[in-house]
Amino acid sequence: MTQLALVIDLNVCVGCHACVTSCKQWNTSGSAGPLVDLRPYDADPSGTFFNRVQTFEIGQFPHTETLHLPKSCLHCEDPPCVPVCPTGASYKRKEDGIVLVDYDKCIGCKYCAWACPYGAREFDENRKVMTKCTLCVDRIYDASLAEADRKPACVKACPTSARLFGDIHDPQSEVSQAVRGNGGYQLMPEWGTQPANHYLPRRQTRIKIHADELERSDNPRKRDAQLPRPTPTGPTIEDAVGW
Amino acid sequence: MRPALSVIFLTTLIGAGQGLFLALYTVQLYVLFHLLPAPEAQSFYTLGSLIAALLLLAGLIASFFHLGHPERAWRAATQWRTSWLSREVIVLPALLGTITLFGLAHWLEWRSALATLPSGGRVDPTVLFGALGTLLAFALFVCTAMIYACLPFLREWHSPLTVVNFIFLGGASGFTLASAFAAQVAPSLVGFLAGWALILTALALVARAASLVRNARLRPGSTAQSAVGVKHPRIVQKSQGAMGGSFNTREFFHGASAQTMRAVASGFLLLAFAVPVALLALGLAQDASWAFTAAFALQFLGLLGERWYFFAQANHPQNLYYRAIA
Repeated sequence: MTQLALVIDLNVCVGCHACVTSCKQWNTSGSAGPLVDLRPYDADPSGTFFNRVQTFEIGQFPHTETLHLPKSCLHCEDPPCVPVCPTGASYKRKEDGIVLVDYDKCIGCKYCAWACPYGAREFDENRKVMTKCTLCVDRIYDASLAEADRKPACVKACPTSARLFGDIHDPQSEVSQAVRGNGGYQLMPEWGTQPANHYLPRRQTRIKIHADELERSDNPRKRDAQLPRPTPTGPTIEDAVGW
Repeated sequence: MRPALSVIFLTTLIGAGQGLFLALYTVQLYVLFHLLPAPEAQSFYTLGSLIAALLLLAGLIASFFHLGHPERAWRAATQWRTSWLSREVIVLPALLGTITLFGLAHWLEWRSALATLPSGGRVDPTVLFGALGTLLAFALFVCTAMIYACLPFLREWHSPLTVVNFIFLGGASGFTLASAFAAQVAPSLVGFLAGWALILTALALVARAASLVRNARLRPGSTAQSAVGVKHPRIVQKSQGAMGGSFNTREFFHGASAQTMRAVASGFLLLAFAVPVALLALGLAQDASWAFTAAFALQFLGLLGERWYFFAQANHPQNLYYRAIA
């Protein structure tokens, strides 16, 4: 069975928000209608986004590092938001594991948002329905697009290629190999939701240098230094030639 | 979580309606077994059923204000196999219909005996509708409470105490209302109903206090570490990804200060439990019907506060991702 997912390399993400804006652009232009922005130019703006990049500081200065965490719907393999939906508007596709909302069935009761521990669902105040990341389902199967473009907008937009897209149930896929080989992990594994999206941890590259490695033991100059140095009053090479 | 007024009114109104209906049927069963005198006025059942039905209807109407698309509400009855919300959507109108039938059967005096008890009591359609209604009333308590209790990561709600509280709090307000109502139309039943109202209010206080103690000692199930997947004791959010608000910052934060929360907690403990107990006792001692009415009015007010606190106290794990704006 296929389970499409994003694998996001936190070691590579620079927190540029290109995935956020490209996601907003693609999904606000789609056939489902615009993602609402309330009071976009006023003091208290608010908007619907399927993807957000959040920044965390880890550790205490000077031993700190910055973590940018792009987070969208994780397309859980056991999504708690689906069984609670009273209308069946929230569903998980059998064929590719994408969790979707049928905007024509949603009554806007917001119960699924309560049931999502990740806060991945956002209520659209204009359309009065629950919205969420679709993994660009209207794009990845669009045969009118070039093969290379049949990827979620966020994956296409990422300038550092931090976002990988593929089937995590296929052990040979790029995403499966990345998760396996680089310690891919899931967010809040304690709730048993089995998120399909994985994150590759930040990796620190360190080399161990021993003190004797800082000096080259077979340095020829060092051998010269051990020879007796000529003294100002002693015989010189000119003396020998003059003799 | 941000408490929604529509859901606060839905749960408290139907709770009182269910409790009132259970009180009416309890009286009828006691009368059937000759343990209580029959109410002075037949309107005790008919008018009582009407009030219970109106309370349920008011709750149902309140619930529509919670929906983005109320015109599609009928769809909510389809997923009863998996969703407690869907089950509630089915059971609530079923109970409303059964209470209406119960009231109608009393009003139109459908008294043909279907069976006769050895004690001489007649089992007529009102007894059957009442029994069905009792089942549905308890089913509705369980459905309503399980909507909240079934979410494992909302730890304040994920407990059998949630279900127990919905039953006891609904029962207490219903029996208090029944004693206030009986004081007007059937004074001989006031002692019985007010007695049960006292017992249920005391039981509700024990269960609610138990859940308050439990919630005060809860440890969070998710931490900043598991939320971002980094093992370091100090993780500080620096940006939530947007300078403005969002659905996530509105829906999951109640925004009240710790002081307000404490005030609401002590307020509802006083209004929903202490004051009604005192007024019910006063009403029984002084035979004052105004005391029962006041007891219900204040207890209902207290229960509105209790329900606000119930929602506000739940701490959603998604809040771990929204701890700093920028």
